[in-house]
Amino acid sequence: MVSPESNQTPKSSPTTIDQPTRLSMEGICKRFGATVALEDVNLEVRSGEVHALVGENGAGKSTLMRILSGATSPDRGSMRLDGRIFAPAHPLDARRHGIAMIYQELSLAPHLSVMENILLGMEPCYGGFIRWSQMRRRAQEALSELGLGDLPLESPVRALPPGLQQMVEIARALVTQAKVVVLDEPTSSLAQDDVAKLFRLVRRLRDRGLSVIYISHFLEEVKEISDRFTVLRDGHSVGTGLTAATPVNQIVQMMVGREVTDLYPRRARVRGEVILEVKTLSGNDKPKDVSLSLHRGEILGIAGLIGSGRTDLLRAIFGLAPVRRGEIRVGAFHGWSEPGKRWRQGVGYVSEDRKREGLAVGLSISANVTLPRLDHLGPLWFVLPKRERHAAEHWIDTLGIKCERPGQPVWTLSGGNQQKVALSRLLYADVDVLILDEPTRGIDVGSKAQIYRLIAQAAEGSPEYGARPKAILMVSSYLPELLGLCDRIGVMCRGQLVACAPVDDWTEHKLMLAATGQNIGIVNQQ
Amino acid sequence: MNESPKDNMVDLRRKERWDASFLSTLGRFTALAVVFLFFAILVEGGKFYSPRNLENILRQSAVYATASLGMTMVIIAAGIDLSIGSIIALSLVTVAWILDYHYVAQTADGQSVTVYLVRQYPVLLPWMALLVGIAVGTIAGFVNGVTIVWLRLVPFIVTLGTMGIFRGLAKGLANEKDIYPHEDTWLTQLMDPTLTSQDVHWRMWILPPGVWILIAAAVFAAVLLRYTRLGRYMYAVGSNEETARLCGVPVGRVKVVTYTLAGFFGGLAGLMQFSFIGGIGQPTSAVAYELFVIAAVVIGGGSLMGGQGSILGSVIGALIITILYMGGQQMGWPKWVQEAVIGVIIIAAVVIDRLRQQKVT
Repeated sequence: MVSPESNQTPKSSPTTIDQPTRLSMEGICKRFGATVALEDVNLEVRSGEVHALVGENGAGKSTLMRILSGATSPDRGSMRLDGRIFAPAHPLDARRHGIAMIYQELSLAPHLSVMENILLGMEPCYGGFIRWSQMRRRAQEALSELGLGDLPLESPVRALPPGLQQMVEIARALVTQAKVVVLDEPTSSLAQDDVAKLFRLVRRLRDRGLSVIYISHFLEEVKEISDRFTVLRDGHSVGTGLTAATPVNQIVQMMVGREVTDLYPRRARVRGEVILEVKTLSGNDKPKDVSLSLHRGEILGIAGLIGSGRTDLLRAIFGLAPVRRGEIRVGAFHGWSEPGKRWRQGVGYVSEDRKREGLAVGLSISANVTLPRLDHLGPLWFVLPKRERHAAEHWIDTLGIKCERPGQPVWTLSGGNQQKVALSRLLYADVDVLILDEPTRGIDVGSKAQIYRLIAQAAEGSPEYGARPKAILMVSSYLPELLGLCDRIGVMCRGQLVACAPVDDWTEHKLMLAATGQNIGIVNQQ
Repeated sequence: MNESPKDNMVDLRRKERWDASFLSTLGRFTALAVVFLFFAILVEGGKFYSPRNLENILRQSAVYATASLGMTMVIIAAGIDLSIGSIIALSLVTVAWILDYHYVAQTADGQSVTVYLVRQYPVLLPWMALLVGIAVGTIAGFVNGVTIVWLRLVPFIVTLGTMGIFRGLAKGLANEKDIYPHEDTWLTQLMDPTLTSQDVHWRMWILPPGVWILIAAAVFAAVLLRYTRLGRYMYAVGSNEETARLCGVPVGRVKVVTYTLAGFFGGLAGLMQFSFIGGIGQPTSAVAYELFVIAAVVIGGGSLMGGQGSILGSVIGALIITILYMGGQQMGWPKWVQEAVIGVIIIAAVVIDRLRQQKVT
């Protein structure tokens, strides 16, 4: 990742410290309904510095940046840009003031040419007609300044590789006279030499006196590129400092240091036979050569950063994503199966994205619960609404789903109750293997505790949820939850399962190190 | 769980039936009544509510309503079928072509005579025409479905294309002329007026046979949507295709079956249209019917985003459209006013629906 050449360049110019403040965000608070996204967050960025913003998934980085970009407004707190009060009404307003956002998902118009993209929205015009010669000149200037003078101006952006597309976006920031450039996970889709190129570019921006806010999970990148850093944790800013003077360990400590609460029911569980076995499984891109085995009565957690291939692994197992190599065995069944067959083999899946994929939110609770298994709700091909309602009522009662009636559309429920509907689908279908992707994302603490109890009960097996213990494969970004709930935890990094060990061998610190690609001496143990 | 919340739930469940589906159906019936009363009062001399006119309304709307049954399913599954008018025409021309089938034969003394198949098989041939007509519609729907699923194309584009293809086939089969079958058969009488008929036996039907067919087909469609696995799958695919796939619903197959059923009901509607226009195989018949049919479904509560719609609603929608159309004619409104009014009603229906739903939440 780190090229020797770039290692030797000074990490920060000594003058950085004395630079005037470019942007300050003070006491920012933001709530979404009952959840607190940001609480009293401070961020101060100087001109001519690269400022890293780090934190776990869900720590509030994106919300903070959405506020900066004018996409949403803070409930409290203030922002200053170059000493003046800065309160963007909408994203365009923020752009006019010199805030340039470069997101993970590129925001280019793929069919337009490179120069059209660079000058999009500010084309040099003369009486309504575009002045192409001037457009070409200005685009060329911006690209040359970035050392990309050889980029073809006329070719459509979609013809470029992702790395170069990102450069085009940065060139656009330059043309718009940006003062603050925000790079959100810029390297997640880049190959290694593109990363080195990007870093050179970022340094060039810095040397021109721009402020760069650099968001990344990869701490080694943060170490290499940034001058200072700020850590967010659970919506609070917990620390800021000089990157060169702070060891990685200390940054990780800031990222994860929270009190462990007693949310997690933990009882001794009996590990039964192997029920799901995956051998050297590879998808189109991710996962890469993942092997694992899951026993009845066991909760196996998968940690890893977003984009590490966790979800892709689950989807490949469940048949929602293609498989290129490797073996999957579920009970007596070998090979890849489509989701319909997986349900019949006794495997169920809860999606990480409730609204887009997990639930048909326009349909009723009962329709959502019973969808994977309608065959015993009536004779032949019939589905009797009465039986369907009874089935749904049973799970509404046992899971304590707060609702008025089974026929109520799912979108009227709170997030926690929606998630219970998604989970009850697996219990209703009476599957043996529960594949859960972020089962507690975006729900309140009370519902989380209930869902933990449910998962634990399913693993232990109780008459209430079907007598036999079930096997659970669970992905989560929330490390305390994995440590509290799982029997074993595996960590994924860049598509591979880099470490898998009993939960007692893990700490949040170690999980974070493994997920960010550090070697921690834990290997795969089955 | 103790008893009281459960009792509470039973109460709410009763209330649910009361407010959700009942109220919206009641609203649609009210709209139907209002539109009907409007013309009943304004059209001079009570002509609008004469038995003859009422029968005409039923006969005309039966064609729209039958086609709207399949369209309801397609729209519930978040699709659209623009080719339905052409499917009606294709099926209608097929029926006429079979009834008109003749060839020239040589008699023993060397004279050539035209042999009409319908004379040889007066009972069998109409049945064949009926079955083949419906089969042609069904196959057309199957072609729509398969093209959409296999080629992964947008339903709008595919059915826009097949709208032209099926219309072209209909015209080709008819040689771009109207087919006048040699003899009238019982198929021609399918939509004949009954109560206002001179024939006592015919009067015992009470409603034209075509309307009875519509009623049977509507019951079939409603049961399919509400009480079968396929119906559940249609709602699931339309509400959220990703969820349906995750839950193991064979999404592609469900779509193919849905469009095939739309073709089946289109074929049935073609049969009725054949009889309604007097037993003529007119390849230019049913032009722009897709718009009336889609409008009927939307007025009936169908959402083009999928996951919503009801058979009863669509049938009421078809009646409302027909009343507006015929009422406008009898009021002597110019054609452009009729068309504009129908347009306004469609938009108003959707707006009212949205307002109503916002109030419920």
